[in-house]
Amino acid sequence: MTSVIELEKLSVTFGKRPILKSLDGVLNGRAIGLLGPNGAGKTTLIHTLLGFHPPTSGTAHIFGQDITRDAKQVRAAVGYMPERDSFIAKMSCVHFVRLMAELSGIPAKHALERAHEALFYVGLGEARYRPVDSYSLGMKQLAKLAQAIVHGPKLIILDEPTNGLDPPTRSRMISLIRQIRDGGRARILLSSHLLRDVEECCDEILVLKDGYIAANCNLEEERKANRKFIELETRSGNRAAFVEAIGALGCEYALSGERRIKVIMQETTEISDLYRLALEHGVQIRRLNFKRDSLEDIFLKAMENGNGRAA
Amino acid sequence: MAVYEHLYGAYEGESHTPLSRFLVIPRYALREVFKSKLFTTIFILCFIYPLIATILVYLHHNVNALALLQINIQELLPIDNSFFRTFLEVQGGFAFILTVLVAPPLISRDLSNNALPLYLSRPLSRTEYVLGKMMVIAFLLSMMTWVPGLLIFIFQASLAGVGWLWSNLWMAWAIFAGSMAWIILLSLLALAVSSLVKWRVVASGALIGLFFVPSAFGEIINNLFLTRAGHLISLWATMNSIWRGLFGLFERQTGSIQGTVTNPIYDKQFFNIALLEPPLWASWLVVGIVCAICVWLLSYKVRAYEVIK
Repeated sequence: MTSVIELEKLSVTFGKRPILKSLDGVLNGRAIGLLGPNGAGKTTLIHTLLGFHPPTSGTAHIFGQDITRDAKQVRAAVGYMPERDSFIAKMSCVHFVRLMAELSGIPAKHALERAHEALFYVGLGEARYRPVDSYSLGMKQLAKLAQAIVHGPKLIILDEPTNGLDPPTRSRMISLIRQIRDGGRARILLSSHLLRDVEECCDEILVLKDGYIAANCNLEEERKANRKFIELETRSGNRAAFVEAIGALGCEYALSGERRIKVIMQETTEISDLYRLALEHGVQIRRLNFKRDSLEDIFLKAMENGNGRAA
Repeated sequence: MAVYEHLYGAYEGESHTPLSRFLVIPRYALREVFKSKLFTTIFILCFIYPLIATILVYLHHNVNALALLQINIQELLPIDNSFFRTFLEVQGGFAFILTVLVAPPLISRDLSNNALPLYLSRPLSRTEYVLGKMMVIAFLLSMMTWVPGLLIFIFQASLAGVGWLWSNLWMAWAIFAGSMAWIILLSLLALAVSSLVKWRVVASGALIGLFFVPSAFGEIINNLFLTRAGHLISLWATMNSIWRGLFGLFERQTGSIQGTVTNPIYDKQFFNIALLEPPLWASWLVVGIVCAICVWLLSYKVRAYEVIK
């Protein structure tokens, strides 16, 4: 299967300042979260994928098509929702979205139909004849989403889609993104510095730091793997014999301080086995935590990673 | 994706050809332009002179009408290269007024509303975007310069006969080339100004200033230094030279200054200074340089995002 985005030593330099530094990686998620602190290169990466900035060296592929060589085909397959307010003045929303559809290659007649559909889909059906410049911030964000999806792209690039939205509009935006993701007809690249948004929508993340890839992981797999890690807090009893018994079950373990034990569970072991062994050795289990890395943990770990070179 | 289903779906219908996709921008822009009643009125007024010219051509070949009106229009206004050059000059002036009305918001509105990332994230290059915007001006200006010019030429040829047509066919080229030179210069200048200035009124003022201020300076230079070289910085004068050249009416010497000066050694001395217009190639060169600067400015300003290096 062709990967969604493939980065091949992609570097971008503005003047003498390197912004993206030899990025390598394959992204295949249904919804890919692009994370990183300000100035990490998230927006530059998006702009480079869209062909706004030429790569200084290396290249990238979107659905197997080279972003430089096949720029037009790439852009025909991509829908882009920019971060900042972007619209065409003195134009009603339905005409604005229709124009965008026509520019993407849809004939005028179908474009109008698609524009109506897209605006109903994002929830602007009733306001579609109003000029976009008269919209509230939340409505403008939804109009930008409508123009990004009107031509039915295979990849939708969303740059900070929930910026400045009030809680109800934010949750509407998030639910739309999840709906599109679950529909399976389009992949999503979501850039945001709101970890919650990314955690709610994405199944894969790419963390950038100082122009390098600091982390690239599949959140689903990460979550599954995390289910195996358990942290126990114990009191009294024969702790040494207890950990030996855990080892005998085939589980790896590590002692942390006087009372804590970290255990990596095997497929065949259950939590009840741990309680049974504790009872046998007179050990009280005061606390048992599934050690689960949240997206915040993953992000912070990536940020702690020196200059961000580690993947 | 159906309205009542409210589901997201890919588009699976037919697609535009690249040419019709490129024509989307001028189509939308022209629709917007003709919404203005002021513009539509001025646009219609621009066809009065072509109408008068057509009537003159008709009268030229209608003996009965001439006898009825008791005028000898054939001596009064011959249908020759001067007739078509005057036509181009008048229509060129109207073309300038239309450009001042239409062009300023073409790019500036997109820049101030940050619409360029939306255009350029579609399968549309920066060149196609600029050409699309140029097409708006080119279409309107063509409608009032070379299109009616060639129609009048064909009308005259149909009345005067094949002999006239063959001996004056070069004039058709002069009408077309002269109009195109003016259209390209005007549209590139107007778009460059539009990409630099966000406010419509200021952009209109800047465009007018670009034509009139250098002309005034050019005249000052001409009068101070007793020359005609000042015409090189006046776009009006430069275009007039080009038109005269295309219609075979270009003369280098357009005047002379004669007088006497008193010299303490030789007493009185007569002088005769010939006022020479800049050569034709220099006028073409000036237009070429102005167009090249405009293209450079457009390539610098028309970007999805400005990069601060």
